[in-house]
Amino acid sequence: MIVDLPGTTTAAVNKYLVKLRHDIGAMTLGRVLTLVIVVDESRAESAIEAANDASRQHPCRIIAVISGKKTGANRLDAQIRVGGDAGAGEVVVLRLHGPLAGHGDSVLVPLLLPDSPVVAWWPREAPLNVSESAIGQMAQRRITDAAEAPSPRVELKRRADNYQPGDTDLAWTRITLWRGLLAAALEQPPYEPVLNADVAGASDSPSADLMAAWLAQALQCPVTRTRTPPGSGVTSVRLTRPSGNTDLLRPDGAVATLSPPGQPARRISLARRALAECLADELHRLDPDEIYEETLTKGLAMIEAPTRKLSGAREAVAPGARQEESPS
Amino acid sequence: MTPTPVTPGQNPLRDPQDKRLPRIAGPCSLVLFGVTGDLARNKVMPAIYDLANRGLLPPSFSLVGFARRDWTHKDFTNIVRESVRAHARTPFHNEVWRNLAEGFRFVSGTFDDPKAFDVLRETLQTLDEERGTSGNHVFYLSIPPAFFATVTQQLDRSGLSNSDESAWRRVVIEKPFGHDLASARELNSIVGSVFRSDSIFRIDHYLGKETVQNLLALRFANQMFEPIWNANYVDHVQITMAEDIGIGSRAGYYDGIGAARDVIQNHLLQLLALTAMEEPVSFQAPALRAEKEKVLSAVRLPMDLAASTVRGQYAQGWQGGERVSGYLDEDGIQKTSTTETYAALKVEIDTRRWAGVPFYLRTGKRLGKRVTEIAVVFKRAPHLPFDRTATEELGQNAIVIRVQPDEGVTMRFGSKVPGSAMEVRDVTMDFGYGSSFTESSPEAYERLILDVMLGDPPLFPRHEEVELAWQILDPVEAFWATQGQPPPYPAGGWGPECADDMMARDGRSWRMP
Repeated sequence: MIVDLPGTTTAAVNKYLVKLRHDIGAMTLGRVLTLVIVVDESRAESAIEAANDASRQHPCRIIAVISGKKTGANRLDAQIRVGGDAGAGEVVVLRLHGPLAGHGDSVLVPLLLPDSPVVAWWPREAPLNVSESAIGQMAQRRITDAAEAPSPRVELKRRADNYQPGDTDLAWTRITLWRGLLAAALEQPPYEPVLNADVAGASDSPSADLMAAWLAQALQCPVTRTRTPPGSGVTSVRLTRPSGNTDLLRPDGAVATLSPPGQPARRISLARRALAECLADELHRLDPDEIYEETLTKGLAMIEAPTRKLSGAREAVAPGARQEESPS
Repeated sequence: MTPTPVTPGQNPLRDPQDKRLPRIAGPCSLVLFGVTGDLARNKVMPAIYDLANRGLLPPSFSLVGFARRDWTHKDFTNIVRESVRAHARTPFHNEVWRNLAEGFRFVSGTFDDPKAFDVLRETLQTLDEERGTSGNHVFYLSIPPAFFATVTQQLDRSGLSNSDESAWRRVVIEKPFGHDLASARELNSIVGSVFRSDSIFRIDHYLGKETVQNLLALRFANQMFEPIWNANYVDHVQITMAEDIGIGSRAGYYDGIGAARDVIQNHLLQLLALTAMEEPVSFQAPALRAEKEKVLSAVRLPMDLAASTVRGQYAQGWQGGERVSGYLDEDGIQKTSTTETYAALKVEIDTRRWAGVPFYLRTGKRLGKRVTEIAVVFKRAPHLPFDRTATEELGQNAIVIRVQPDEGVTMRFGSKVPGSAMEVRDVTMDFGYGSSFTESSPEAYERLILDVMLGDPPLFPRHEEVELAWQILDPVEAFWATQGQPPPYPAGGWGPECADDMMARDGRSWRMP
C-alpha cells in the first residue's frame, strides 16, 4: 500500500502513520531500529529496495531523505509505503525542495522511532565528515560506500582522517567472507607466520585496499597491492609463508580456488555479495567495529605502493605467471 | 617489522573483537549413514547445500553416502540434488552445486559388511589426499538405534573411529536416545566405547540453538523478568508442543514409542530445564550443563500418576478442512495398539525457586495447529481495587515464549477497555524478531551441522541429561503400560477430555496456543 502526501509536514506524516496503525493493525510495532537513507533521486528506488530486503532480517522503519533542487519554494512531499510495498518494514520517503533540501535532519527528528537505534546510510555520496554531519550526529551507525565515490582511494583516505566509532563502509562488508576464508586457512597447519602478502584487485576497488590494509595491520608484514583493470573487484590474495604460498583466487567473480601449501587446490563459491545482503549484515551489529577502525586508520598507511599496473586480471591471478612484485 | 606469530592457538586474523568474521569449519568430510531416510533427505542434505551457499563450508568439504543400495557416485549425486532442489531454503545456484558435488562419494554395503567399511576407509584416505580433508571426519548416524552397535563396532574395527592428534573424528546421533533408562545407558556405552564423550553429538532437531539462545537471552540478559521468575509470582508453567500432522509414514518407528518418549523425554524436558534452571555462572558448555542437570535432578512426579498424567490416541476427524483417519486406521498400525499419540504430564520441581509451582507438559499429534510454546502464567494480583464487575474478564498475566513456528515473545496483561465504563480485560503484546522467522534465518539443522564441524558442543545434551530425563519418564511409562488402550480424541482438537479434567482438578485450564 502506497500513500502519497504531497506538500505536507512531518506532523501530518506522523499522524498518518498512527492512523495506519489503527486502521490496518500492528504493522508499525515491533521495529528494532530506524534506517535513514540519504540519497538522490536517481538511486533512491534501488536503495529502498535493498533496505526492504534487509528489513526482513531486521524489522525497521526506513526513512529515505531525497534532496531535490535547492532553488524555489520550500516544500516537503512525503510518501508512506506499508505492507507488500515495504518488505517487513515501513517506508517513509521524504522529498525535500527549496532551502529545506539542506535541512534533512529537521524533518527526521519527529519521525525517528522512540528509544531505538538510528542507522544512517549514504548509498552514494556521503558528506566529507559523516559523523559531524547533521544526520550523522543522530545516528549510532553511519554506513558509507567508498566504491560509489568518484575516487574510492581518496574517499577511503577521507574516511580514515575523519573516523569516529560507529562509522562503517560497505566496501568493508563486501570482503567479510574473504576474510573468513583467510582466517580459517591460518587455522590449519603449517602454523607459520606470514612473511608477506599480496592483494590483487581492481584499481578502483576500495575493498581490495581494505583487504590489504587489514592483512598488513593484523599480520604486521609487508603487503603489496597489485592493481588489475577497473571493475574486476578483488581477484586474489596470496599469503607467503616459509613453507609456501596460500593463494585465494577468484578470477571470474563467482568461484574461488584456495590453494594451501602442500595441499590440493580446493574450489569454493565466493560470489560477490548483493547490496541487500551487505546492508543486512551491517544492521546485525550496531556497536563500533574496532577492526575496521584499525584497518582504516593504521592499516591503509602500511600498504606498499604498487609498482606497476598489470594489464589483465588473468595475469594477476594465475599463480606462477605473475611477476613477483618487489616492495618499493 | 616482525610478522605476527601464528600458532595453533593464536591466529592473528581472528581477533575476538572482529565480531563480523564468520566461523568457517576447517577441512573435513561428512559420512552419512542412512542416506535414504526421511531426515537425511529432508533436512541433512538440504542443510549442507544451504551451508555451502552461505559460504560456511570449508572448500574441501566432501560428503560420503553409505547405504545398501547399488549406486554409483553419480546416482548418489542425483539423489542429493533432488533433495536439495525440493527442500533447500536458499536458491539453487549451479556453481555452488557443482563445487559441492565434486566432493560427493558413495560407498555401497551393509552395516555388518567389513569389506564395505574397508572401502569406506580407502575412500576417506583418498579424499584426504585428493581434496585435503586432512583426516577430519564426521560420522552422521541417521539410522535406527538398533544398528548403532554394528556400525560403531565396524568403525572401530576398520580404524575409522580413531585418528592421530592433529585430526578429529566425531559422531552424530539423532534422537531417540534409547526408549528407557536402561536402553539409553546401553546405547551410550556402545557409542562411548568407541568415541570419546566430547566427540559424541546428540542432535535433537526440534531444539534449535536459536531457540535456546533466545530463551537464555530473555531470562538472563534482562532485569525485568528474573525477579518474578519464581514461586512467589508464578502460578504455573505450561509447555506445549502440538503437531497438526499424524504419524504419516513413520508407523514402524512410532508405534511402541509414543508421544511421551518421542517428544517429552527430550524436547519438552529440555525446554523445562532451560525455563526453570538457575543462572549459569557462564555460558560455557560445562556451566550450562551443570545447571540443566541440577534442575532435571530436582524434577519430581506427583504420587498419584492416574490423576496427574493423561494420554490419548487420535481418532478420525476433521482437521483444517480435511477428513483424516484415526491412529488405529493408519497404515502399519495394529487395531490393538496401546501407543499414545497425546501425552500430558504434571511435574513439580523441588527447589526453593519453584516449590509448589506445577509444570504441565503436553504434546500430541493431530492437534489444532502446529505450535510449540512455553507459557509462564502468573498469580493474580493479591488485591484488586476495582469493582467486581470491572475485572470479571481479567485473567492471569502471562509471558509466552513462542518457540515455533512464529518465534517470539507474547505478554498477556490486563488493559482498560476504551469507554466510559471501567472494565479491564486481557490483551496481548507481541514481539517477533525478523530474522528468527524469515527466509534468511539459518535453519536449526544448519547451525547443528556447523557446530559439529567446528566442534562446538555447548547445547548438545550429554548422556547425563538424557539419563535424567529417562528417570523422570520411566515411572510414567511403567504406569501407562498397565492401563490398556489410551482414550481416543478427535483429530483437529486439543486432545482428550481427561486432559482438561486434569487441569480442572487443579483449578486451572490449558491455554489455547
